[in-house]
Amino acid sequence: MHLVLFIIFGGLCVAGALNLLFQRHPINAALSLIVVMSSLAVLYLLLGAEFLAAAQVIVYSGAIMVLFTFVIMLLNAGREDRTHGSKAAYLVGIPGAAALFATLVYIFLSYRTQLGGASIGNYLVTTSDLSRVLFRDLLLPFEVTSVLILVAVLGAVVLARKEH
Amino acid sequence: MEVNIWIFILLSLIKVIVVTVLLLMCVAYTVLLERKLVGRIQNRWGPSRVGPFGLLQPLVDGLKLFLKEEIDPEVVYRPLFILAPIISLGCALLSISMIPFGPDITWHGVQLFQISDVNIGLLILLAIGSIGVYGTALSGWSSNNKYSLLGALRASSQVISYELALGLSLVGVVLRSQSFRLRDIVAVQSTHGFLSWNFFGGFQFIAFFIYITAAYAEAGRAPFDLPEAETELVAGYHTEYSSMKFAMFFMAEYAHMITIGCIATLLFFGGWSSPFANWLPPFGGVVLQSLMAIFWFIVKVFFFLFLFVWVRGTLPRLRYDQLMNFGWRFLMPVAILNIVGTSLWLALRAQ
Repeated sequence: MHLVLFIIFGGLCVAGALNLLFQRHPINAALSLIVVMSSLAVLYLLLGAEFLAAAQVIVYSGAIMVLFTFVIMLLNAGREDRTHGSKAAYLVGIPGAAALFATLVYIFLSYRTQLGGASIGNYLVTTSDLSRVLFRDLLLPFEVTSVLILVAVLGAVVLARKEH
Repeated sequence: MEVNIWIFILLSLIKVIVVTVLLLMCVAYTVLLERKLVGRIQNRWGPSRVGPFGLLQPLVDGLKLFLKEEIDPEVVYRPLFILAPIISLGCALLSISMIPFGPDITWHGVQLFQISDVNIGLLILLAIGSIGVYGTALSGWSSNNKYSLLGALRASSQVISYELALGLSLVGVVLRSQSFRLRDIVAVQSTHGFLSWNFFGGFQFIAFFIYITAAYAEAGRAPFDLPEAETELVAGYHTEYSSMKFAMFFMAEYAHMITIGCIATLLFFGGWSSPFANWLPPFGGVVLQSLMAIFWFIVKVFFFLFLFVWVRGTLPRLRYDQLMNFGWRFLMPVAILNIVGTSLWLALRAQ
């Protein structure tokens, strides 16, 4: 059951990501990104991270992507023209991406015994477990991150403010 | 306990069908309730011709919407034009699956009064609500019409702004019951009758008023119905929709109202627990007791539906800048203060 769901939503995720690249209309691309993020949430859920799954949908699919679609709607961006791409992209980009992918696969496969593992369907982290780690064991990194976000918010306010 | 998978699937399917049919019937009759009540508020009768007291009016309205001509304008972006009402109605119907209607009674290992009992039910409800924005946003954009686009922009900015206050107002409740599971939240409130409800004993009445205001804004109901303000925007984001596609938006709005009533009942008014829980000796068997539970739940939800209509009949529509000021400068800070206050109170009491 879990494996079937994993295959369905993993496939949906990859299909959405590919569709995001091949769509020519920005709004379709944005919607494909929403599909990717929502199916990622289902994958989190299958790995037992229920809070993360809900937060993924609320924050990414619900809030951030709404802003994306908003901007696209307001700019009324039309269909993009397809160009043939630069030579550099073909010469450097594709081998570079392939090399990066191969390196990551190699690292993950060779260190998989030392990395912590989560298997599909039998590992449930409750919200209270998560908050215990976040607010007690990792309190300092958490607070530092929130200060960083606060600085970013203030920066955005300063940049968006009208000059008097 | 081992649950037979086929019985589980069969019972779940029956539950889904029963709840969906009941919800759609409730939607139809909420429309009638609204028309009747608003009629009385405005000193007129409301629908009274079709059937006794106009009780058959919703059925005839439904038939009318089915038979109307489906008009698709030429310039719409068709895939999204069709997808948008589906998203709206889908999200509105989906959230009812998390709602527990009665006590925890299982039959063949399947809960009778809830479609799915999830650990993080409350978060899932918020998540479904945040996905529902796409219905309105996409409908406005894909209609390729200025009024629709403006209506959709208003609707989505309103929903995103008030979602914050709405989410924050629920934190106090979660702090008190220490769980996102709706059954646990009700269990905390069912110990001392209405005194232990979050609204009274939990001191969450500020949170309740924030929640109900933000929820009205989320549902786009008066006095927050600017997205479809007729005098300014024709009909807002669903200007170009006709026949069943329009009916889907319409049903989504009323289903949303019912869900909000259910959530407010569960979170602040003790769900299905009776207001005199422990003062009366328990009477009747399991069947009678669960029927009483359902009765209390329905009474409370009905009260909220009445409140929706009452507010609509009473308050005038807000202006857009008033709406934004109210949401960001008033509701948000008050919600944050409520979280701080509740945490302090709980921390002091725990000592």
